[in-house]
Amino acid sequence: MKIITNVFHQLGRWCEPVIEGIIRLCGISAIIFVFGIFFFVFREGMGFFFGGLDIVEFLTSPEWYPTSVSNKRYGVLALVAGTFSVTALAMVLAVPFGLGAAIFVSEFCGPKLKETLKIVIELLAAIPSVVWGFIGLTVMNALIIKIFKVPIGLTMLNGGIILSLMSVPIIVSIGEDALKAVPDSYREAAEALGATRWQVVYRVLLPTAKNGLLAAVLLGVGRAVGETMAVLMTTGHAVNMPLGPFDSVRTLTATIAAELGEAAVGSDHYRVLFIIGVLLFSITFIVNFVTDLVIKGIREKA
Amino acid sequence: MAQTSNATKKIEIADLTVRYDGLEALKGISFDIYENEILGIIGPAQSGKTTLLKTINRTIEFEPSAAVSGSVKIDGTDVQSIRNVNQLRRRIGMVFPLPVGLPMSIYDNVAFAPRTAGIRKRSELDELVERCLQQAALWDEVKDRLNSLGTKLSGGQQQRLTIARALSHQPEILCLDEFSIAVDPVTTMRIEDILKELRSQITIILVTNLVQQARRLADRTAFIFESELIEIDDNDVIFSDSPAHRLTYDYVSGNFG
Repeated sequence: MKIITNVFHQLGRWCEPVIEGIIRLCGISAIIFVFGIFFFVFREGMGFFFGGLDIVEFLTSPEWYPTSVSNKRYGVLALVAGTFSVTALAMVLAVPFGLGAAIFVSEFCGPKLKETLKIVIELLAAIPSVVWGFIGLTVMNALIIKIFKVPIGLTMLNGGIILSLMSVPIIVSIGEDALKAVPDSYREAAEALGATRWQVVYRVLLPTAKNGLLAAVLLGVGRAVGETMAVLMTTGHAVNMPLGPFDSVRTLTATIAAELGEAAVGSDHYRVLFIIGVLLFSITFIVNFVTDLVIKGIREKA
Repeated sequence: MAQTSNATKKIEIADLTVRYDGLEALKGISFDIYENEILGIIGPAQSGKTTLLKTINRTIEFEPSAAVSGSVKIDGTDVQSIRNVNQLRRRIGMVFPLPVGLPMSIYDNVAFAPRTAGIRKRSELDELVERCLQQAALWDEVKDRLNSLGTKLSGGQQQRLTIARALSHQPEILCLDEFSIAVDPVTTMRIEDILKELRSQITIILVTNLVQQARRLADRTAFIFESELIEIDDNDVIFSDSPAHRLTYDYVSGNFG
């Protein structure tokens, strides 16, 4: 018996640094992957970025004619506007619904309904984006034409609704986790003081869980910004500065997905699509960075 | 019961039984609590003391598995028949074993209940907050930092904060559930002094693990053991050499088990 424990003891002494090393590697690999992706995407676009691309035009011109024979134009302003408008619309729809649903599931509904709702919401989150695109293309399109009496339903509104439907499940499940993390003793203390359920929610739970709720919203934003297939199918995919919800738009992601297969490898068009990739990457990076700052700000205030 | 027999009954508990998933936490308990007395409730852990408090302000309803039968009447009205449970809870102050400072400023902690009850005027709130913190003997320590977080106070201060908070809605009844568990002896004595002063205004129910605390503070003491009320009587009797039950004598004199 003693020998066996001794062996394990020795083994432990040898194993521990190995395990520690492996874990360290896992942690560092996350950083390596992020920078690796950034590097390889940028490398593909680099040739055109430093040789020939007019960066001011790229960022400020709404004219995107990459395949024109006589007048090639690489301006992504319309695409950026498309991405932002669809995302913003999606968030306007998804944040109130998502947070409201999270509060309902976590605080107001009975245990049986809660289980059912959670399963359904998780099911919603698991629907592939191409299926959402299909729903937008057929169901939503027809509905929008019928309700708003517009000639075409593949618009910013359609894309926004579909994206919000895709973001809501994420906001609900993360938001619900955040609310669940608030200790029950807070609820009990507040209710013992005579606060109603609703007063407990907006005076105690929301302030306590605000970091987690913010994270839930931003994950929803992340999903909306990065979504490709669904917006490609539902927004009409027309290069166009959007003026209202019934305009067709095109997003950065959809552009890459639709055109990369057509562009000759190594051509300017091919490279500029990778530069768009870098731009997208930068946008998400900035969103994340700002979020971190906001959360830190909240923490310090608290 | 000479000193209390002619006092008015504040709470009447009749044949109160509480089951959690069929397991009895209280078995047919009946007794009265009089106005402006401190009633000590002693007994070992798991004997149903906290459950008893929860039935009074109906926070027992948070436990989905709990089934309550029998009645708890406050001023003659059955609490189960009160439609607005929040109104009921505002009449009862609750202090929990571990201090629960809500994650907001000291001021907001104390102003929480008045605000939920609809008091908005700043001057009124200011006055209320000061009075409650004074009553809880915390005012001098925190008056310069009312806007800092309540959760950052020390354990003893937080417990006094929860007492201030429990007093903030001017309750008729104050329930303390082993309030001194996380509090040092000196602070405990200060809180006990506060409770003695408060006795003239409100009815206090003091659940405690410390037999000596009940002896020091209470007018009467109830001994609950294994979900049953063994004995309730004036402190003179409970802590004498001859309480009605042998079990009580053994428990309070430390011969137990």
